[in-house]
Amino acid sequence: MKNKANVVIIGGGVVGCSIAYNLAKKGVKDVVLLEKSYLSSGATGRCGAGVRQQWGTKQNCLLASESMHIFEHFEDVLQIKRDIELKQKGYLLLAYSDKELEQFKKNIEVQHSLNIPSILLTPKEAKEIVPDLNIEKLVGAAYCAKDGHANPFQVTLGYAEAAQRLGVEINKFTEVKDIITKNDTVLGVQTNKGFIECKKVVVAAGGWTQNIVKMAGLDLPIYSERHEILVTESVKNVLDPMLMSFSYNIYCQQEPNGSFIMGYGPENEPPSYNMESSWEFLETMSKKATWLLPPLKNIRVIRQWAGLYNISPDRQPIVSQINQLEGLYVACGFSGHGFMLAPAVGILMADIVTGDQLTYNVILDLERFNRGEIIEEPSVV
Amino acid sequence: MDENKVIICRCEDVTLKEIRDAIRKGFTTVEEIKRVTRSGMGPCQGKTCGLLIAKEISQMTGKPMEEIELQSIRPPYGGITFEEVTKGTVMENDK
Repeated sequence: MKNKANVVIIGGGVVGCSIAYNLAKKGVKDVVLLEKSYLSSGATGRCGAGVRQQWGTKQNCLLASESMHIFEHFEDVLQIKRDIELKQKGYLLLAYSDKELEQFKKNIEVQHSLNIPSILLTPKEAKEIVPDLNIEKLVGAAYCAKDGHANPFQVTLGYAEAAQRLGVEINKFTEVKDIITKNDTVLGVQTNKGFIECKKVVVAAGGWTQNIVKMAGLDLPIYSERHEILVTESVKNVLDPMLMSFSYNIYCQQEPNGSFIMGYGPENEPPSYNMESSWEFLETMSKKATWLLPPLKNIRVIRQWAGLYNISPDRQPIVSQINQLEGLYVACGFSGHGFMLAPAVGILMADIVTGDQLTYNVILDLERFNRGEIIEEPSVV
Repeated sequence: MDENKVIICRCEDVTLKEIRDAIRKGFTTVEEIKRVTRSGMGPCQGKTCGLLIAKEISQMTGKPMEEIELQSIRPPYGGITFEEVTKGTVMENDK
């Protein structure tokens, strides 16, 4: 392991690996990435593998559509050979009230301003796309045929491989013990394998970001929360799009290999680092899923697990320098949608760290909460 | 022995060659190999291939078997249909 670096990135999930690649692509030398376990071992590898552009705020739409463009041309952009299992069979968002449908209409207007090809559908049209869908109580739906699925492990490994080719040093199973500072300036990172002297540290540690930043004596307005998920045995393909509802609270898609993967947002889940699976989740999930897609009832659940959402006050990411400490940066608070935004976030963070003009016109800095410029994202499960 | 014809993970059709290639690329834990090759992600959840993969890792890296962690065991222990969960159907062994 190097004992001196220009930039140390803490976190080997998809966001950290994308940042590492984009810094190296900009010509930054001596970039070192640290991961306490294996790559994608945190939220990246535990997520629902969905990639969508149907967001409610303009900047989430922008980052999502720019990221989708990179997913679509992944091997060309990164100059690697790797199948990321991109499946663009759409996201079907279900509305169960007029109010929810109105919100979808507003969202679609924002999406259209960025050329995201989303449309509004009647329940009958929704059923044409998903014949097994129970359309009882359904008022309407929003649909974007270009949304879909990608494999989070393969995307992360793709970024890692491309970063390494450009000279980034990736250290797996290397745990950060402390961030050393002096006079409000970063001096280096202490790990269980030695000290790395560096002037810049980017923390992209998902659910553990606030703990890493705390090592430097600072607090962030984010917290972590358990979200559970399950997967079924592989069966023949019957469901093209990701099904999602914010009010009924569910997401469910069939992956390219034929497994269904699904989850819902927990109610009254306390902030924690708990990643245990619960019986309650399996039971509630089974009821929700079989009501929405009745033929699922005979399919076997084979595995359930959990991961951490890292939640910010406005449910939008924080991609920012930290003003109180020269040389410290964070990419966190993704609130459950870090995977699908990671390609664009990597580009954005590389701009911030190198002091270049931002590629995207977005406001994701930490100071927005002090300025009161909070526009909450309405479309989160 | 043709390592292309030896199936290590029967649920996901992963060959010995694929396992060995992953280890050569530096994926030297059962958890990483699971994510790279899908070994252990099928209906049996690695009950068959887990030990075989651990043995390959041990042989190729020289790390003793007892130091190689198997993959996390996640619920439910055996496959269970959504209907069995929602209806509380009696499992076969309990009849």
